[in-house]
Amino acid sequence: MDGVDPNQVVNADAPALIRISGVGKRYSGGTHALQGIDLTVAQGEFLSLLGPSGCGKSTLLRLIAGLGEPSEGTIDWPRASYDAGGKPERSIGFVFQEPTLMPWATVFENVYLPLRLDGARRQTVAAQVEDAIEGVGLAGFAKAYPRQLSGGMRMRVSIARALVKRPKVLLMDEPFAALDEITRMRLNDDLLRLWAGRGWTVLFVTHSVYESVYLSSRIAVMGARPGHMRELITVDAPYPRDEPFRLSASYNEYCRITSASLRGAMGGVGHQP
Amino acid sequence: MNEDSRPVSPAMRVAVPLVLGIVVLGVWEFLVWWLEVPKFVLPPPSAIVKSLANDYPSLLVSLWITLRITLMAFFIALATGVLLAVLSVQSRLVEISIFPYAVMLQVTPVVAIAPLILIWVGVEHIDRALLILATIVAFFPILSNTTLGMKSVDHNLRDLFQLYGASRWQRLRMLQLPAAQPYLLGGMKISGGLALIGAVVAEFVAGSGTGSGLAWRIVESANRLNIPRMFAALLMLSVLGIVIFLLLAGLETLLLGRWHESAVRRER
Ligand SMILES: Nc1ncnc2c1ncn2[C@@H]1O[C@H](COP(=O)(O)OP(=O)(O)O)[C@@H](O)[C@H]1O
Ligand SMILES: [Mg+2]
Repeated sequence: MDGVDPNQVVNADAPALIRISGVGKRYSGGTHALQGIDLTVAQGEFLSLLGPSGCGKSTLLRLIAGLGEPSEGTIDWPRASYDAGGKPERSIGFVFQEPTLMPWATVFENVYLPLRLDGARRQTVAAQVEDAIEGVGLAGFAKAYPRQLSGGMRMRVSIARALVKRPKVLLMDEPFAALDEITRMRLNDDLLRLWAGRGWTVLFVTHSVYESVYLSSRIAVMGARPGHMRELITVDAPYPRDEPFRLSASYNEYCRITSASLRGAMGGVGHQP
Repeated sequence: MNEDSRPVSPAMRVAVPLVLGIVVLGVWEFLVWWLEVPKFVLPPPSAIVKSLANDYPSLLVSLWITLRITLMAFFIALATGVLLAVLSVQSRLVEISIFPYAVMLQVTPVVAIAPLILIWVGVEHIDRALLILATIVAFFPILSNTTLGMKSVDHNLRDLFQLYGASRWQRLRMLQLPAAQPYLLGGMKISGGLALIGAVVAEFVAGSGTGSGLAWRIVESANRLNIPRMFAALLMLSVLGIVIFLLLAGLETLLLGRWHESAVRRER
């Protein structure tokens, strides 16, 4: 893998937010999920992890979130303060592939959950919760139950819940993979709109080349068996991005490059991403 | 979801079984009269109603005694079942120590334990023996259903709670117990019926305490060949069973109606 500079960042001035060095993960069942992962996530970037399924994208994201420990290597949060137990104050929002809502609770209750677990009283944070719900375009649905919503709307609730504590980092694990193309495009646009100029950082797992190019400032292409970093691709196109970008020559060129890289990651077998 | 999705209105839900019941009763009355079946073999419905009208003061007292034991057994089973389920989900050690004994209690026929319980509580406390036996019968569905429910929490939701640093107590109250609700309510419906069965069977085996419950009325009527009265007592028992079931089913709809697939009626 020559030419891979793990510390290459979009914007040289942007300070490192997460520093992953030499991370490997072996599950107790014997699966070697990750090996020698080096990656520095810069403050404010939109970084996608792209790779074939089974290459350890979810595993890496979960390790970053602190759900599980790496078998080797370290994940540092240089800018975070550490608590008494030596755990970094990560300030993370997490969005799973499924909306993962509590079916017995209303939209409001679901979005309120992270604050509630912090001990915040309902009345004091009601406005903040309503803001988060409005922010994802669900104003008026606070009292609805998840089963009354469409798949796209449920995913919006999940995003609102991840954002309600105003985290510094949003981790998303193939959040739109189960949605139809139109809903997915709309959510992509809304996600970019939410991200624009807020200063937070997004780590976005996907297996779609087009989605990763459209959204990201940087793409980390991963390979499998065991999961490893293949290539870092900087998508040097300005934000805000919208329909014209999707139709532009540079978008197509980036898709081509990324596709080729992904194909390389899959061992050269003919594959339509 | 039912395979047959033809719409059934609430009125039909009542009317259809009612019509069936009336037809069966009519045929019964007619056959008993036409074949001249003696009353002590099979009384006609009219004789049962007459007996119910004559004997209802004593039958109501018995009904109350049976009902009281049933309700007490049900609530004790509910409380201990949920408590033990919560404990066994908190600690694997508790779980593996409790479950073999719970299963043992469940599979041993209550009729077989009755004499032992009777000796332990003393013959002067038959009421207590009845309560213990009915509780044993009613307890297991609550324990096993609640445990299963608490364990079937969505893995990602569990991770989410961990991510936000939820305490054990928060996880129990906001995640595991709500997730277990549909399972618990299913267990309660089974357990409510079992508590009644337990109370009746226990009275058959252990005899009645200070007052006699419906089971004893049935034994007594049989001994005196007062078959209409026996049927009247039986009728009361089944009505009681139905009422308990309907109340618990109503509670289920009330609690799950807005969110759980089993209780939500879907528009097409
Ligand atoms: N909890 C787990 N226990 C054991 N093996 C796991 C676990 N999670 C994932 N794996 C294995 O690790 C590898 C990487 O999985 P994953 O991180 O989910 O990949 P991706 O998200 O890229 O599809 C797979 O082979 C998978 O079977
Ligand atoms: Mg995955």
